[in-house]
Amino acid sequence: MKPTRLTECGNWVLERFPVTKFWNDHMAHYYAPKNFNFWYFFGSLALLVLVNQILTGILLTMNYKPDAKLAFDSVEYIMRDVPWGWLVRYMHSTGASAFFIVIYLHMFRGIMYGSFKHPRELIWIFGMLIFLALMAEAFMGYLLPWGQMSYWGAQVIISLFSAIPVIGDDLSLWIRGDYVIADATLNRFFAFHVIAVPLVLLMLVFMHLVALHEVGSNNPDGIEIKESKDPWGHPVDGIPFHPYYTVKDIVGVAVFLLFFATVIFYMPEMGGYFLEHANFIPADPMKTPEHIAPVWYFTPFYSILRAIPDKFAGVIAMGSSIVVLFLLPWLDRCKVKSIRYRGGIFKKALFLFVISFLALGYLGTQPVTPVATTLARLFTTIYFGFFLLMPIYTRWEKTKPVPRSLTKVHSLEEQLHTLEEQLPALIQEITELKPVVTEIGHPAFKSSFFSRRPNPEGMLNVIRRLAKKAKGSLD
Amino acid sequence: MKNLIVLLLLLTLSFGVAASEGIELQEADIDLSDNASLQRGAQHFVTYCLGCHSAKHIRYLRIALDLGVDQKKMLKDIAPEGASIYDQLHSAMNKHDAEKWFGTQPPDLSLIARSRGADWLYTYLKSYYIEPNSPRGVNNLVFEDTAMPNPLWQLQGEQHAESRKTIWGEYTKLVIEEPGTLSEREFDHFVNDLVNFLVYVGEPVQLERERIGKYVIFFLIMFLVIAYLLKKEYWKDVH
Repeated sequence: MKPTRLTECGNWVLERFPVTKFWNDHMAHYYAPKNFNFWYFFGSLALLVLVNQILTGILLTMNYKPDAKLAFDSVEYIMRDVPWGWLVRYMHSTGASAFFIVIYLHMFRGIMYGSFKHPRELIWIFGMLIFLALMAEAFMGYLLPWGQMSYWGAQVIISLFSAIPVIGDDLSLWIRGDYVIADATLNRFFAFHVIAVPLVLLMLVFMHLVALHEVGSNNPDGIEIKESKDPWGHPVDGIPFHPYYTVKDIVGVAVFLLFFATVIFYMPEMGGYFLEHANFIPADPMKTPEHIAPVWYFTPFYSILRAIPDKFAGVIAMGSSIVVLFLLPWLDRCKVKSIRYRGGIFKKALFLFVISFLALGYLGTQPVTPVATTLARLFTTIYFGFFLLMPIYTRWEKTKPVPRSLTKVHSLEEQLHTLEEQLPALIQEITELKPVVTEIGHPAFKSSFFSRRPNPEGMLNVIRRLAKKAKGSLD
Repeated sequence: MKNLIVLLLLLTLSFGVAASEGIELQEADIDLSDNASLQRGAQHFVTYCLGCHSAKHIRYLRIALDLGVDQKKMLKDIAPEGASIYDQLHSAMNKHDAEKWFGTQPPDLSLIARSRGADWLYTYLKSYYIEPNSPRGVNNLVFEDTAMPNPLWQLQGEQHAESRKTIWGEYTKLVIEEPGTLSEREFDHFVNDLVNFLVYVGEPVQLERERIGKYVIFFLIMFLVIAYLLKKEYWKDVH
């Protein structure tokens, strides 16, 4: 067939730019384990939410005014007078919370199936850096609506820096650009939120994916699929990412969007958790709200901060609660990756950790009472205990044997054996037994014996079966 | 400065102590599809609230379109004299006067329903009682020492607080001593219409987004079914 002009143009590009190579390396010929389960949707979903945040964010900046006098009103202008502005704003505000839900589940998956272990330590480190950048991004973004919670939340968090000895006061002054949160702070937070941190985030996501595709994905069984390959060099437990996981992830995307749309259209405030009620009041430096709570995704760490009586020690504890996560690949001494084959002690420890993380999150939204503080201290202890005692309790864990691969591999000998078994049946089918009557001389010496003759009907059957199989393999 | 910040932090760390004591809120009957109620609420708002409070994030035109009111009728019956249909709901009161008279500027009410909630507003407007020793002569059960005098006292009448004891403990009940121009039932409806309107003003797009939401959800369910079937077809040869 004569190439059309369009394909010629396409080829011109492909000869000069490695689109095909990229596509094959990372999608069509990138082998992923075939046993991914529910927990493996959240990586692609995080990417989806990131794209959502960037696109809706760009649209929002077109009408938002980073000015202490105009910011609050410009957000309401977007909500009311900009066509579809309310939808874009809700997609962005709900997207922020969705981002953290997805990322927390993604991280939990990593802890549960040991995805941070050798050889994927660097993927985990990049992932943690993404988490850190995401927290900075969310914190700065939250100041922009310039509501009461935006203002006082930022005031509380930035004043934490003043707890650092010697340089603390100057440092927090330098960060704010003023003695209190003010227009200067809003302007610089805007700059960080819309360009600086997103660039860092994109760069880190790129590195996270490059590192992942270098060593390959982990899986719920925690086995290395590269260790058992078929004669063509493909992992026997692997399937090409495209089309298998692209079509599977689309299902995940659909389910996610169902939840996402339900929140956007029917409960955009999510009962005051995604958009706090007090943030519908313009920022007022003279009036402290009676209850300052950070948005839900920061509350576990905020709880740890409040649980420590001393301010500076609290700041250190809050910082350490994130730093320990970085150290996870070296804290966990167990060689077995997946929770499926790990000992009971790890399962119990992980369960306690999840409980304490959720409890700290809840306590962080609540006002301080003596009982709440005691509970927060207890759960803070469990939180750190999970990580710091890990080198001890994971070293002598009673693990179960890990299978080498998921698919049963047939050796050549086994294949010959099955052939040997099947051959007589095949011969039986394509031939038929027919009595042959021959007369030798006198009719009295009539003898009869059987002989095999080719059976056209049987042969046709076999050919038909083979054709069907061939067609199936082509599909 | 350092001390101030430490103080702020201490304040925030010890919040909850100063939190207002919980009084049980009465439930407002919010129905944004009830145009008649919203129109009455708009009228009440302009008559009783707009004197001091603005609602600067909404325009008369938007209200007219959303509540199905003719624009001419809007200007004649609801908007104050001399307002243009494109105007936002600005208050005529001077900011400096307000500071002098009330000690604070009356807040803009565009988003009050989103920050306070409908039930709070409903209960608040019904919970004024006579307190002769206080600066304004009245106080409020929901919002103690509120700077706002009761704007609806002529309608509701004058309430007095009475302490009642039950087996569950002590509580305060408000009793109308001097009836106003509306009966108790009529007044409840009046406040409800007003709060209904404030909820609408808080987010005028509410009904629209719920309407669109149905189509989006329907589309996504269809999409999910197709995506699932596609996945099943592709995966049938993976064992």
